[in-house]
Amino acid sequence: MRMSGAQIMLECLRQEGVRHVFGYPGGAVLPIYDALYDFEGIEHILVRHEQGASHMADGYARVTGQVGVCLVTSGPGATNLVTGIATAYMDSIPIVAITGQVRTSVIGKDAFQEADITGITMPVTKHNYLIKDVADVPRTLAEAFYIARSGRPGPVLVDLPLDITLAEMEWEPALYPRNVDVPAYRPTTRGHEMQIRKAARAIAEASRPVLYVGGGAVASGAQPEVTELAERTNTLVTTTLLGKGAIDETHRLSIGMLGMHGTAYANHAVNNCDLLIAVGARFDDRVTGKVDKFAEGAKVIHIDIDPAEISKVRVPDVPIVGDVKTVLTDLLKWVEPRPWSEWNDQIVDWRTRFPLVYPRDGKLYAEYVIEQLGEATDWNAIMTTDVGQHQMWAAQYFRCRHPRQWATSGGLGTMGYGLPAAIGAQIAFPDKRVLCLSGDGSFQMCSQELMTAAVYGLPIISAIINNRSLGMVRQWQELFYHQRYSQVNLQASPDFVKLAEAYGGVGLRVHRPEDVRPAIEEALSVRDRPIVIDCVIPTEENVYPMIPSGQTVDQMRVRENLEELKAPVHGDAEIWSFSDEDRVLTDYIETTQGTPEPGHEE
Amino acid sequence: MAQLQQHVITALVENHPGVLARVSGLFSRRGYNIESLTVSVTENPSISRMTLVVGGDHLVLEQITKQLHKLIEVIRVVDYTDTPAVERELALIKVNAEPRDRGEIMQIVEIFRARIIDISDKTFVLEVTGGTEKLDKIRDLLSSYGIREMVRTGVIAMARGARTA
Repeated sequence: MRMSGAQIMLECLRQEGVRHVFGYPGGAVLPIYDALYDFEGIEHILVRHEQGASHMADGYARVTGQVGVCLVTSGPGATNLVTGIATAYMDSIPIVAITGQVRTSVIGKDAFQEADITGITMPVTKHNYLIKDVADVPRTLAEAFYIARSGRPGPVLVDLPLDITLAEMEWEPALYPRNVDVPAYRPTTRGHEMQIRKAARAIAEASRPVLYVGGGAVASGAQPEVTELAERTNTLVTTTLLGKGAIDETHRLSIGMLGMHGTAYANHAVNNCDLLIAVGARFDDRVTGKVDKFAEGAKVIHIDIDPAEISKVRVPDVPIVGDVKTVLTDLLKWVEPRPWSEWNDQIVDWRTRFPLVYPRDGKLYAEYVIEQLGEATDWNAIMTTDVGQHQMWAAQYFRCRHPRQWATSGGLGTMGYGLPAAIGAQIAFPDKRVLCLSGDGSFQMCSQELMTAAVYGLPIISAIINNRSLGMVRQWQELFYHQRYSQVNLQASPDFVKLAEAYGGVGLRVHRPEDVRPAIEEALSVRDRPIVIDCVIPTEENVYPMIPSGQTVDQMRVRENLEELKAPVHGDAEIWSFSDEDRVLTDYIETTQGTPEPGHEE
Repeated sequence: MAQLQQHVITALVENHPGVLARVSGLFSRRGYNIESLTVSVTENPSISRMTLVVGGDHLVLEQITKQLHKLIEVIRVVDYTDTPAVERELALIKVNAEPRDRGEIMQIVEIFRARIIDISDKTFVLEVTGGTEKLDKIRDLLSSYGIREMVRTGVIAMARGARTA
């Protein structure tokens, strides 16, 4: 059959099972949009800014586990994707970005809307292609999808010149390559058996083990295996920001997130363990703080599909390269049951003594909003977040019951990610509730996508934690820059209620805790348009606990009056000497304002 | 600063446009310094071979090797540090050659098994191949006559015996 490059390209997407494409047309992709006009089976979502398209593809990929696809024109269209591609790259999310390019005859001549997008995205893609012959279109797309989804997943960009999309050739969809062969690319999925047995032995010999589980466990669908390993060995599990949902966070063995804003008990557990089982996690600096002091003295088992992650930050005692699910399945053949131990009691004790707390003084706090959102949706909704204080509060207080229920920009920390990612998620699952937790700063970075949500009738609930400030920057300036608040005042923001209405959505505002639940119920009753709930909280609230950048658990900052309870050290008699009154922390906190400590000790 | 060891690494890569940019970009953005880099096609026209000389301790080297290997178009990476290998470099040196100095320079050329490949009334152009140290040495010896220009290819390497990269 005689087909144009554009038609072949769309046919390839269909062969890959792609049902949704997030995009924005322009001159260099007109042949593709023309072919799309009467193409059946692929729904195109018209976004309002190309950055939104890349985040939507990313959100779509995170919640489905499939490859997300975005399509934009050359030059500015392509460069507008870069932030979203970099976001996906840092978090190992499979997307295929298709960009138009100027005609091959004028490439390199500074043609209108020309940008060297393969050059620009080289550092932020797993791989990228510039197609120069229409005959290469099917093989290139097959490779792009294969590379994006296999091994350590990641974004792949395919740059398609205008004349290639216009060129015609004889082709049949049946000719689409089913088996891709990229000679130099052979990811190892099976872990080495000797190493796996060594890991099982290390687990049997450990007296204070901890599981440290990251996004790789979610990517490989290893929730059952992680849970089984934890249950069989009675090992408590801490997850990274991206590992949320790799174990049900309401599970008795879950101790929440670790790291800079992780729970005190997870950090104490990691700090005092003698065996750290790192599963699909990469020892990110927001997790480790000062690397030399992180789990100092603990043996490390490191399971990761990317060999370059092994010894990048921490040299493990037992490195295992392979797909997390496959490796854990093999490992479980060797792992013996372990009873509940004194060590477990100690962690549980830390959990009781250093819980996540916030004031209950009649004011409205982000933590309360998050808990109410969770309860109102039975902890089953998909939650996306933006970046900042609200993101950390969400990581602490939103308990994920399932993997792929949580989409947040971890590695790159991209403000503006939340709303478009929520749109991607809602397109993928029209019947699920999708929540977007955002900040007044973050929301303004991609708020134009409210229009996209309205046009497609997506009932996404965006809860804006509005402190009229760039909260996380404000927090750092308070703690580390002597309260010199430089350029963080966002008093001048749009009226988010009116903004929502202007885009055809529903806007609500809450000031008091008692108004939160009714507002959420009202939002949940809306099924055909986006809802924004503007949650007005105090400006000076900080996220605690906090381990300042590059420091250790000893430097953990907690809410005022909890200071004296921080940083027990394993074997230190002091940790056992607290009186029973200290255990009743929640009551204690209720009587305080939770004012953060000023100043900064270097 | 810790003592840095020099390593010779070769990478077999697919002979595509842009591969060099990927490799060199990888080095610059991860803060690894390349002492020299040579690229050319192999006996198989679809495969090129890059020879890199890089400095760093074994952890840096391990990362360099792994990161290189992560590139989709890199087929194989070999570190020659613990492998018996022959290493060669080619230099072209344009040196002042006044008539009174020519005899001495030609003796040096002979001793180093170099060749004079161009001659003018004031200069010679020499071609010399060998290990990096040998090339450094002849450069030092010739510097007293005045070196006008010098170009070196950077190291290429090959394992001794039957072993292939």
